Amino acid sequence: MTLRRDDALKALIPHVRDDDIVVAVYQSCFDWLALNPRDLNYVAVGAMGQASSHGLGLALANPDRRVIVLDGDGSLLMNLGTLVTIANAGVSNLYHFLSANRVYEVNGSHPLPGADKVDFEAMARAAGYAGARSIASLDRLEEALPQILEAPGPQFTAMEIVAGDPYPRDYAYIHSAAARETFRQALRAG
Amino acid sequence: MVASVAIAEDAPKVAHPSGADIIAQIKAAQVREIVALPDIVTSDGLLWPISRDPDFRLTRICKEDEGVSICGAMSYNGTRAVLMMQQTGLMDSLNAIRAIGVDYELPIVMMVGLQGKEPHVHPDRSAAYGVRIIRPVLDAMELSHSLIEEPEDVAHIPQAIDAAYAASRPHIFLIGRSPEAT
Repeated sequence: MTLRRDDALKALIPHVRDDDIVVAVYQSCFDWLALNPRDLNYVAVGAMGQASSHGLGLALANPDRRVIVLDGDGSLLMNLGTLVTIANAGVSNLYHFLSANRVYEVNGSHPLPGADKVDFEAMARAAGYAGARSIASLDRLEEALPQILEAPGPQFTAMEIVAGDPYPRDYAYIHSAAARETFRQALRAG
Repeated sequence: MVASVAIAEDAPKVAHPSGADIIAQIKAAQVREIVALPDIVTSDGLLWPISRDPDFRLTRICKEDEGVSICGAMSYNGTRAVLMMQQTGLMDSLNAIRAIGVDYELPIVMMVGLQGKEPHVHPDRSAAYGVRIIRPVLDAMELSHSLIEEPEDVAHIPQAIDAAYAASRPHIFLIGRSPEAT
């Protein structure tokens, strides 16, 4: 049984509160923007690999909000130390979801190094996350999501996915001043 | 690490800045968040005292570009932070600084120890290649920076931090001499 990324993101939507911050990267970001546009979507992560570090900064500075990070596996591999930094920072409001399709999808779908071996759940657990799991089916994800998002963070969920529908890649928007200002105003509005 | 250069025994003795004064100026700029990787230039005079100071929250990171992102994200609700590292980490983080600090126009304030610099020599004239290229690289990237070497250099810290946040642009303090712990 396979888990399509857009189905996984659709399953997440009902569990996202109005005041949650969602940090999304690359194809997960493009899918999320099409499926759930909202002002508290944080899309400007700048350099590849940095989504979870932005998420940590937001979690530290906004302790009354949940921060949901929609990361990519190629991105996470560029910044593996982030797992240790996040676990050590003591943030209980960070929820790290990984779309693991084992390829650099937006860069030509080349395979990740160790694509058939890397165990992201084990990495997060070993780094010290409060909880970590791998999920490869929609039924299992739908069942687990309420518990994951109610548990104290940091929580890590590796979603073993395949690409879903091809949502448009609007790079101009995610890097735009307008996107950053929309987020800033929404955050400051409370 | 930057290759160390030998310092002549007859090299001029110079005054070093006070770590306590730097910390006081950081506090005067309303900064309470420190994000850091250890750097031998600032270890005893700044980072160890900061780590014991209850006025600060210290977030220890594994790699310097994490800190660029953490500080940038914190700034969205006005939270001020200082990222501390060595110049080797600064060089390793240039793409993150380019993207998050410059392209995204975010106030990333960095305090960077110039490891390997001779205390009595201006960084541009250091015998250490990794030191003397720093300011030209920052100039090429059009990044605001200032030097902290003399004890009186610490006085401009609040103004520079205020300016970085007012303009929403990065600023880099280059620490050219190890701050004394007092």
